[in-house]
Amino acid sequence: MKELSLHILDIVQNSISAQASKIEILIEEKIPEDQYIIEITDNGTGMDEEMLKHVTDPFFTTRTTRKVGVGLSLFQQNAEQTGGFMTIDSKVGEGTKVRAVFGYKHIDRLPLGDMAGTMTILIGANPNIRFIYNHITALSDFEFDTDEVKEELEKVPINHPDILKALKELIAENLDMIEAGK
Amino acid sequence: MKITSLADLRKIKAEVQEKIKLREYGENAENIVQIKVAMATCGIAAGAKEIMGYLIEELDFQGIDAVVTQTGCMGYCYAEPTIEVILPGKAPVVYGFVSREKAKEIIDEYIVKGEMVDGVIPVNYKTIDE
Repeated sequence: MKELSLHILDIVQNSISAQASKIEILIEEKIPEDQYIIEITDNGTGMDEEMLKHVTDPFFTTRTTRKVGVGLSLFQQNAEQTGGFMTIDSKVGEGTKVRAVFGYKHIDRLPLGDMAGTMTILIGANPNIRFIYNHITALSDFEFDTDEVKEELEKVPINHPDILKALKELIAENLDMIEAGK
Repeated sequence: MKITSLADLRKIKAEVQEKIKLREYGENAENIVQIKVAMATCGIAAGAKEIMGYLIEELDFQGIDAVVTQTGCMGYCYAEPTIEVILPGKAPVVYGFVSREKAKEIIDEYIVKGEMVDGVIPVNYKTIDE
């Protein structure tokens, strides 16, 4: 993966397979603590302890089409090689939280990349899932909730190409603004 | 005009509403082209996100009624990005190694004209018994 936003796109697929109806993505940039935190929380089926033990094993997957599953393993490895770590909390019937902490200033910490694109791809393909995206920096923060967007759109479908294009611009512009501290 | 808030979105909403009204006649499910982009770790690492974005934009630009969704991995990790195209009334066709150029070719030749394009992964064969 070349960008953190691609990891997020990948990890959220797990939440979608776990039949989540609400997926929250939190990115927190803590420069004084030298931390770049990504947290993905869903209300999907969750995992039992046995599965949790194996979930970061690259030779474990729930798929039947192949025998390897490297999504979470790669995410963990990328966090660890910047001096960070990844934790997973999960309860059957309640959902799962994946939290990865990266070393903010570490040279191997990938850039966030096209987060607006990741969000619109997710929304476009899963219009019925509620996505909440929070991005917090030391200076400012941005909150995005598809439920608010849907309320605004009324009967216009959220996954219409023109709406997706507008949402992509909305997210990208806001991320630029919080980057600049507005 | 730049879109930075939900209030700006309201203006786009009105335009989209008009568009939907105009195209409503073709909105029955049988006329819609379905495309599934494989988006597991292997697909994403190979650039499936860019291809999916491109497909959505290009199909909308050409005014083709299509639904672009995502799917998991079919086990053709070596051939990612892969996409599955289902034309109305036809069997699904899976294409591998889909670049932007290939995606354009698939839209222009297969989806618009119905002509086969190189790069098909033969998954949907049927035996004589079926």
